[in-house]
Formats: sequence, structure tokens, C-alpha cells
Amino acid sequence: MNGFPLRKTICDACRMAAGVLVGGVFACGTAIVPLAHAQKASGGAVVVQPGSPGEPTKKLPGTTHATLPPISPADVDFMQGMIMHHSQAVEMTALIPTHTENKDVRAIGAKISSSQADEIRMMQRWLAARGQATSMKMPSGSGMPAMPGMDMSDSATPGATGIGLMPGMLSPEQMEALRKARGEEFDRLFLSGMIQHHGGALVMVKDLFNSAGAGQDAEIFDFATDVDNSQRAEIRIMQRMLEELH
Amino acid sequence: MNHARRLVLPLVAIAAVFFFPKLSISQEQTQAPAQGSAGQAQAAPKAEEKPSKPGEDPFAPHPAPPLPAGMTGSDVNDPRVKLKAGMYDAGEIAKGLKHVTFLKKPDAFQIQATSSDDPSVKKVLGQLGVGAAELEKMPKTLQMVIAQLAFANSDFAFQGNHLFQGNFYGVNIYDISNPAKTSLLTSMVCPGGQGDVSVHGNLMFMSVEMPNGRIDCGTEGFPPEPAPAAGHEKERRLPVPQKERFRGVRIFDISDIKSPKQVAAVQTCRGSHTHTLVVDPNDKDDVYIYVSGTSFVRQSEELAGCSGEAPDKDPNTALFRIDVIKVPVAHPEQAAIVSHPRVFIDPRTGVINGLSNGGSHGKDEEKPRDTDQCHDITVYSALGLAAGACSGNGLLLDIKDPVNPKRLDAVNDPNYSYWHSATFSNDGSKVVFTDEWGGGLGARCRANDPNKWGADAIFNLKDEKLSFANYYKMPAAQGDTENCVAHNGSLIPVPGRDIEVQAWYQGGVSVMDFTDPAHPQEIAYFDRGPIDPKMLVLGGDWSAYWYNGAIYGSEIARGLDVFELAPTEQLTQNEIDATKAVQVKELNVQNQQKLEWPATLVVAKAYVDQLERSQALPADRIASLRKAIRNAEKSHLKEKQVAKLRAMTGDLETSAGTIKSHADASRIQALVEILKHPVA
Repeated sequence: MNGFPLRKTICDACRMAAGVLVGGVFACGTAIVPLAHAQKASGGAVVVQPGSPGEPTKKLPGTTHATLPPISPADVDFMQGMIMHHSQAVEMTALIPTHTENKDVRAIGAKISSSQADEIRMMQRWLAARGQATSMKMPSGSGMPAMPGMDMSDSATPGATGIGLMPGMLSPEQMEALRKARGEEFDRLFLSGMIQHHGGALVMVKDLFNSAGAGQDAEIFDFATDVDNSQRAEIRIMQRMLEELH
Repeated sequence: MNHARRLVLPLVAIAAVFFFPKLSISQEQTQAPAQGSAGQAQAAPKAEEKPSKPGEDPFAPHPAPPLPAGMTGSDVNDPRVKLKAGMYDAGEIAKGLKHVTFLKKPDAFQIQATSSDDPSVKKVLGQLGVGAAELEKMPKTLQMVIAQLAFANSDFAFQGNHLFQGNFYGVNIYDISNPAKTSLLTSMVCPGGQGDVSVHGNLMFMSVEMPNGRIDCGTEGFPPEPAPAAGHEKERRLPVPQKERFRGVRIFDISDIKSPKQVAAVQTCRGSHTHTLVVDPNDKDDVYIYVSGTSFVRQSEELAGCSGEAPDKDPNTALFRIDVIKVPVAHPEQAAIVSHPRVFIDPRTGVINGLSNGGSHGKDEEKPRDTDQCHDITVYSALGLAAGACSGNGLLLDIKDPVNPKRLDAVNDPNYSYWHSATFSNDGSKVVFTDEWGGGLGARCRANDPNKWGADAIFNLKDEKLSFANYYKMPAAQGDTENCVAHNGSLIPVPGRDIEVQAWYQGGVSVMDFTDPAHPQEIAYFDRGPIDPKMLVLGGDWSAYWYNGAIYGSEIARGLDVFELAPTEQLTQNEIDATKAVQVKELNVQNQQKLEWPATLVVAKAYVDQLERSQALPADRIASLRKAIRNAEKSHLKEKQVAKLRAMTGDLETSAGTIKSHADASRIQALVEILKHPVA
């Protein structure tokens, strides 16, 4: 706690200057004084590892450091595929400002755009930090991405008929129709298209957790779980909006 | 702490250089399918986000999209906006809070990154899929930015002088007998995330949900499957059922605080994302655990009876329910699931998927609904109620029979992404829900992020019905590299006011007054700069809870913070002293206990300060009250002085009857009770 008396002095000055009482760490003007970190986290503490229920607890050396569970190829495939999948959602929402005045569609579109754009960055960081490409591998000469582990014939993804698309992604024809539509027709195509698109994301999450050794990395686990939860919720909102259009 | 900073910053630069060639190539690959799906090159869509351009830094943050029409964002003029970045030397700022100490995350919960020649470094990176050639060039310090969440600090529980800090990798137990000198006692290694933790007597409970969780607390997880044979690349391969896998709630005996012993491990189909300790006031021999599973349902080959099917295909689906574990306190090894309450049931039709976030008045009443999980449940046994934050809905449950909770009400909100957690006001007249938009992984408190998204929603609770009052979001704009959204908080026992301290990830800690639910206000805060200025490194406060006079912050990446309240115009020293009059033996925040204040003059002074602040009483009456209380204190409650206090209560009761503000009338009433019978 070496830094404490100093900070207190600064704060006393601040109080006098500002005429208000403030606590602990305080920015006086632009002077920001971080707290000194004097406490050592060790010293008398023990590191232990319990056993299975009923089994004794082991004492580990004080020098023990953490180790990571493995990541699997399915994890990498999922992240690479989801970047492509998310990119199309962002592309779809980018049409909204010029294609519809519907307030609800604009609001949900803004939210989807903001969420998925941000998630693309997160996935890119995840992949790059692990030395992985941020897009899918291509079989040489095919010009098409391979999707190991992805079952493209899944009946839950009606739109995923185009070769090279992740589940639920809109076909080139669907995208073209969306691009040409305006007003209520656009709203209808956008909502039904995004419901299809989100449905595909749920399939991708299901496939991930149905893959051996996948999902043990904490970030991919949390991210995939959040994709499932939040897109499921958005599907319901969009389904209700779609019903109100009819 | 400059040491750590040296590790992070060069790393960003080196990582960028190191990865660019790879990214440049992959970018060309990305373009092909994107063009294909876009049809003939029309006006290129003005996507807010595109895959990285060649040469673009993949770690660089991206500004928020424009604020949607009609929405308000965060305050860019707040002093919290421009704090310096850093892992351990970030700029810090506080108002109304004193930062009394900080402890780094214990070494046993961090990857060793000091020696570049350490073979464990190679092993770790190898596991991450980093090849030998890449390993040659890779800075060892890259570990600082990968897999932080694998060792993320999570939730807290408290008992006596002990603080239990959950972590995705286990639990750390601290001695907090003197909060300013908090010290580590035990690092318990037992991975599986999230490590949500509760304590009761000699028992500690811990949530496990991730596929790397092992029944024996092993750190190795399970090996990835070998590569498929040629020609079989596209075949789906199901995970191998693992008898050693554990997803559910672990129970430890903590009678030896330096050697917790696993005594039971109750497996569940979806694992346990969070859990809630439930103590039945009518049953001293057992406690209950409400298990909220938010993750995927595992195969029945691994745990018999687990089904992730839709309810129409399998009425016994593990979706659309919570799990209740009964734990005989004297025989925790007999803990077992006793019920699977269908809290989303439609009571009229009996369908188990009867709730959705799409509105409770839709035209599609016969259609299946989608809310299939609770994220966290806060029980308030003294009221016989629970508030469930259940993905698409906020629920009110009757838990008088704790094994069979019954839904009383359900609400939804068009601005809510994910109903995450709940806190009752002490009198049970309000519930604060949180929306964890983006799951806590993203920057969602930027200037352009709407203040109704990823915010608290405060509801009035009357006659078993919830009604919306207002939103509250930590007001200061946060940077592009700070993950930020509403997260876990607890009540601070200020008598006469509803005050919650709450964690906002890298948005820091915010203390909110929601006494008037329509006008919640921030009264104190603490914030640090981002971990890194150039890329989002996950961190910030998971939980911020008050416990016996101090506030503890669970910093995901950095460690453990301890704060005390400091007086401001919005919270006086008397009010702070009154909070210290409330001491509890155990605190599991989601098992909410009724706060009760002793009839001491310290508490009376807090009420007087509040009546002055709200101008409920004129200045001369405030002054005479203070004088009478001071004299009574000085006399150590001599009868003559106490009689003078009693003599003032008649006028006060008259005032209480004429004051419009319900809060002020209640304060005067509470003040009267103390003045009539003050205790030392």
C-alpha cells in the first residue's frame, strides 16, 4: 500500500478544489493515479486439486501454472464458417436504410448489424490469435470452400441449397430478390430471410457441439452458446413482426 | 507492474506482423463466396463490417454503427471516457468508492509466460493448433491475449471471513478478515467453467457446463478426434460419450478451508451455467439447488435420459425446464435431482413451451414458443418468491414449495436480447433485471450503443405482477476495446433507499439508486481503462457485491478488487455507517436475504440525512433532530435524553401522514420507530 498516502494527499487537494468529497482513486484534472498493487497473491497460500467424489484432494506444488484444454478442427471450422455466415447478415442489414421505412425492421436490423459486425471481429481475433486463417480452407482448384463437419442437406436449413453456403444463408437468387424489393415486400423478404439465416446459425451451433472434442475452449463455448441464445430470441421477435405484416 | 505491460504491447505489434501474410491470403479466399452470394456486383453493400482487408490489423477495434433513430447513446463527456489502457497499470477513476486493494489472479490460474524456453509454452501453443514453423516466430507472450476466458474469474460467494471467487478453472478462496489486507488462502484447480459458486455451512457448490469438465477435476479435458480418413471429411461424427466428463453441480466439503474435498457431483443434461442455493425456511435438514443450464443438451449415450428434442417430439426433453437438486446437509453425497420444473408451461393448454420473448399477446397462441432456459434465478425465500432471468423472458415464480416452483408472471421487452440476472429490492416491491446483450464478449457501451440495449430494466412488483418502470445503463461511454454490458450486482444495505452495486465488465463498477424506479440514478462508480488500447482483450468486472462493509469486484482477467464506500453528496457518512450495521454470516447473492437494520442512532442519522436531501422536512426540524440525537448519543442513551427523542416522534408521525413521497413517509416511519426505542 505504498501508494496510498500519496493518493490521499492528491485527493485532499481535489476535495478542496472541487468542494466535494471523493473516494480513493480520483482524477484531479487529468492526473489519473492508479492504485499501487502491493499485495502478493502468494505467501502461505496452497494450490490443491480435488479428486473424484469421495477421493482425497491432492496438494500441488506452489509453482503450478494453468494449462489449456485442446481446441479441435471443428472449433476452427465453426469460427471460419460463422464469419462467412455473419457477413451475409451484415450485408442484408446494409440494405435497410435504402429499402424500407419500417421502424421495427430498422430497429432489429440495426441491432443485428451491430451485434454481428462486432462478433465478426471477435471471431477474427480468436482465429488470428491461434494462428488460423480467418476464412475457410478451399480444396485446391475448386474455388469453393469445403465445410468439414457440415451437413448441407439438413432439413432445418431450407435456404441452404446453394453449394458453398453455410446453413441458412440466402442463395444468390434470394439475395437478388431482396435487393430488388422495396417497402413492405422488402420487409417480408428481409424478415423471412433473416429467420432462415438465423435458423442456419442454430444448426451450426448444434453441429459444433455434436463434434468430437469441440467446444472445450472457453471463448468458443461462450460465443457459440450466446449465438444460439440471442439468435433464437431474435427469430421469435422477427416471426411476430412477420405475422403483423400479413 | 510495468513488467506485464511490456508483455502485452509488443505482442500486439508482433502478432500483427506475424499474421498478416496469412490473413492476406485468406482474404482473397473469402471474396469468392461472398461475391457469389451477392449475385452480380451491384452497388457494393455498405456493410458496417467486412472481413479484414489485406494488411488490415485483425485485432483492431471497429467503431460502433450509427445510433439507431430515436435512441440515446452513452455520455462521451464523462471523466471515465479517457482512461489510459493497461493490464496492471491502466488509468483508474472513482467517485464515491475508495479502492482499498487489488490482488492479481493467482499464478496457478495463469499460463506460465515468463520463460521463452519453457517446454510448457510449446505444448500450450501446440494444443492451440500453432504449428512448429509458426511457433519459431511467435512471441511467447502471445499467451497474454489468447484463451483468457479459460481462466476467467467469475462469481463470488462469501462466508464469515472467507471470500470464494469462482473461475472457469476452479475456485480461489481468500481471507477477508481485514478487507484492506485480503490474502489468498487456497487455489483449488478444477476446470469446467463458469465456476459459479455458493456456500452453505461446510458445503461449497460449483457450476460446471463446458465439455472439458472432468469428474476428477483434471485439467486435460478430452482429446480432439483424429483427422477423418480420406474421402470421409464431410461425414458428421458425433462426440465420443465420455464417462469421465462432468457437466452439472459439484459439491465440496470445505471444513478444511485449505483442502476442499469433492463429496458429490450431480450430472445434468445441459450442465450448470449458474445455480442458486435455496434454503427452505421449513426444512433445516436439506438445501436445494436450482440449476440453470443454458448450453447444449448432451447425448443420452453419455448421460441416460438426456434429450434435446423439441417438446412435440419428446415430452421429456431437457429443454424448457430447470433442474432442482436436493442436498441432505448431513449427507451431501446423497444429493440428487428431485424435480425438473416446467416453468415455461402454458397453464391453459399444458404445453411445456408456453413462453417467448415475442410478446405475450401474439396471434399465434397455438404455436410453440421459444424460451427454453433460465440463465439465472434469484430466490427470496422470505417472500416465497423467485425472479427468473430466463433468456427471452423475466419470470416471477412462487417457490413456497421449493421443489415445485410455479410461475406467477412473465414479462418480455422489445429492447432485451437476453434476460440474464435479477435482483429484488429489499421490500420486494421492485425487481431489477439485466440484459446481457452480446453475452459479455463485445463492446456494447460505446457512444453509439443505445442506452436501452444491454441495460438494466427495473420493474415494479405488485400483487404478483411485474410492470416495467425504466431502464438503467452505466452512463459513461466505453471504448471499442472494452467488453461492456450489464452484469451481476447486489444490494447495498443503505436504510431508506434501494441501492445496487453492479459490475459492467470493462465498464467497471456502477452504484445505482433505484428508490424511484422510474428515475434510477448513478451515485458512485469505479472504472479502469481498457486492458489493451488496440484490441479487445476480455476482462472487466464479472460481479460487484457488497459484503459486510466492503465491496468486492471479480475482475475477469486481472484479479480481485476491494472497495469501500466513500461519502459524497449523494451518500453521506451516516448512510455509509448505517450499511456497516448490517452484518451477515453468509452471502450467496442469488439467495437473497431480507436486510434488517438495528434500531441504533447511526441508522436514525442516515434517515435524517435522507430527509434533509429530499427536503421532506424543513431545515430547523432537521437541525433539532440532529441535536437531540447527538445529545442522546453523548449521554449513552440516558433516559432523560431518550425521552426527548420520544417527544419528537408525535410531530414526525403527523408529517409522515401528510408527505406525498412514499419513500420519505417510510423513512420518517422508520426513524420514529428508532427514536421511540433506540438501542446501543
